[in-house]
Amino acid sequence: MALNLNGCVEMIHGGGGRASAELIRELFAQAFDNEWLNQGNDQAQFTLPAGQVVMATDSHVIAPLFFPGGDIGSLSVHGTLNDVAMSGAKPCYLAASFILEEGFPLADLKRIVDSMAKASREAGVPIVTGDTKVVERGKGDGVFITTTGVGVVPEGLYLSGDQARPGDKILISGSIGDHGVTILSLREGLGFEADIGSDSQNLALLVAAMLEAVPSIRCLRDPTRGGLGNTLNELAQQSGVGMQLEEAAIPVREPVRAACEFLGLDPLYVANEGKLIAICPAEHAEQLLAVMRAHPLGQQAAIIGTVQEDAQQFVQMRTQFGGQRMVDWLNGEQLPRIC
Amino acid sequence: MKYVDEFRDGDKARQLAACIKAEARPERAYRLMEFCGGHTHAIFRYGLPDLLPENVQLIHGPGCPVCVLPIARLDKAIALARHPEVILCTYGDLLRVPASNRQTLLKTKAEGADIRMLYSPLEALKLAEDNPTREVVFLAIGFETTTPPTALLVEHARQRGLSNLSIFCNHVLTPPAMHAILASPESEAGMLQLHGFIGPAHVSTVIGSQAYAEFPARYGTPVVIAGFEPLDVLQALLMLVRQLNQGRSEVENQFTRAVTEQGNLKARALMDQVFELRSTFEWRGLGFLPDSALQLRPEYAAFDAERRFELPELPAQEHKACECPAILRGAKRPQDCRLFGTACTPANPLGSCMVSSEGACAAYYTYGRHLRAAGAQ
Repeated sequence: MALNLNGCVEMIHGGGGRASAELIRELFAQAFDNEWLNQGNDQAQFTLPAGQVVMATDSHVIAPLFFPGGDIGSLSVHGTLNDVAMSGAKPCYLAASFILEEGFPLADLKRIVDSMAKASREAGVPIVTGDTKVVERGKGDGVFITTTGVGVVPEGLYLSGDQARPGDKILISGSIGDHGVTILSLREGLGFEADIGSDSQNLALLVAAMLEAVPSIRCLRDPTRGGLGNTLNELAQQSGVGMQLEEAAIPVREPVRAACEFLGLDPLYVANEGKLIAICPAEHAEQLLAVMRAHPLGQQAAIIGTVQEDAQQFVQMRTQFGGQRMVDWLNGEQLPRIC
Repeated sequence: MKYVDEFRDGDKARQLAACIKAEARPERAYRLMEFCGGHTHAIFRYGLPDLLPENVQLIHGPGCPVCVLPIARLDKAIALARHPEVILCTYGDLLRVPASNRQTLLKTKAEGADIRMLYSPLEALKLAEDNPTREVVFLAIGFETTTPPTALLVEHARQRGLSNLSIFCNHVLTPPAMHAILASPESEAGMLQLHGFIGPAHVSTVIGSQAYAEFPARYGTPVVIAGFEPLDVLQALLMLVRQLNQGRSEVENQFTRAVTEQGNLKARALMDQVFELRSTFEWRGLGFLPDSALQLRPEYAAFDAERRFELPELPAQEHKACECPAILRGAKRPQDCRLFGTACTPANPLGSCMVSSEGACAAYYTYGRHLRAAGAQ
């Protein structure tokens, strides 16, 4: 019996019986198709190259599930690959776990799974094990995906959020806010159209190119939820330093700026899914910038600030206007202002 | 012209700041109030205090809609939201404001109430049509900027014959609050020393520059209406410094690209059609002010949540040490409050001024904390 793609997810798909097996075989295994998964075990066995092993996990819940520039499938692959890659590691294997809501169209699920398979193949990182559960209608939001990634850091490399030192330079790999504004623009009732798409992408190759040229990079982090502003505060706190940013140097695309103006949001706190922050010693910053700009994923890279000594660990910014302001932690979600 | 960067030009800012510095007389102080939270936000976001000479001081006014909403009204809104048939919808800014016992709309939502965030009041129409068995209540707040959209919502609801939509009206008016500040105890005792107002931007697009004529005439206090961009604010400050230097007291309009003398006549007519003055209304910080707020006219009574629902009169509980009221009157600065930055932070606000990004405390905390750290004012 073949899986009917015109149908939808039913409770029996999560029951562990024949229907579960069919869903896994015809949808997941067929799309992800690799030797580890095809062994059909409840776990994957593999060997890793020498080096420090890195592991990261990320749960993905997003509405809408499909958006310009990607979908929850590609996002769930990129998100975890990037978390692994920010340690300097080469990602090796992925695991994926699905929570499906009863009634979710199987055709949509196939679209998502195919998109995951494509993202994983493009990255050269197979999805080697996984799990599926089904919850009753109304108890989930279509589909939730958790992915876990394993990678290996080459010998001699140690990148960590606590390594930033006063005098270091802060770089960003491209424009900020594209993902968050894309998602916002699709939400019901907002009523604006913007010519933008999510920046969701796998940053591992960019990271490899950067580390090859500048192994002295202190830390890397992708500013996802909470945006550049929150992520820099995290790094400042971890390293026990302050930061001084130049607003004029931070790349923000025109439609993103316009949308943020319109909604009363600050692009510094809007989510990204395909950008990274790099901190490196000042003497290597120009070289790192050149390498990033030469890479397709870093063409808009910029040096946006300097790490400085500050017992209070403030992230500050010289505004385009010439004044000085704090870039503080965000409190909860950014809420649009009234007037 | 895209109206994004043109009014944020750093070079022009430095030129204007140099003019202010050159023209401000060192022997006197210029204590100027930006009425609007939108200005407060811009002032801190762009770091304007850094560009001003020490004797040009900005006092933050009460023009932050969520900041002046008294706790008693918010308590009522929360009680309304707890009615099982009610879908309460409002602007995002309001959701985190603490009411009595530090309850917020967000917490109430987590406890099971159906509370939705809207970007435009007109979304409430669709909500009401899509949920015919529910009661959709729009928690309407704000100054004259947000009042015309609420009026439009009510008028559309009437035209469509919607019987399950109402508004909980908390709209307030700007000029009565300016009066209240000039007539406050601190002001009368000479403690406020307010020399001029930066007049509202968006509010003035609706009510026009004519609405402020009485302030120079009655109190000798000049008003310069300014846009919300940082260059607008600097230019308005220069205009105020010049008026004061020349001994003039007038209403001037810096925001000529959007504000006319009469304002938006169509919006004013719509407001007038749907709303009438309340005899009195409580403002956080300013107390009960006569003729300072709006309510639905009797013809629109069917859309008035205050008439449709039994709303409890609860004794409101303000935090005893919270200085929001004095800060809203311009009598104290955020950093003068002993809760500021310690017990009261944006993550854990005790007072309303710490919630909205337009609130003086939140703006100062979020953007200007380094000033205090550096030992400056």
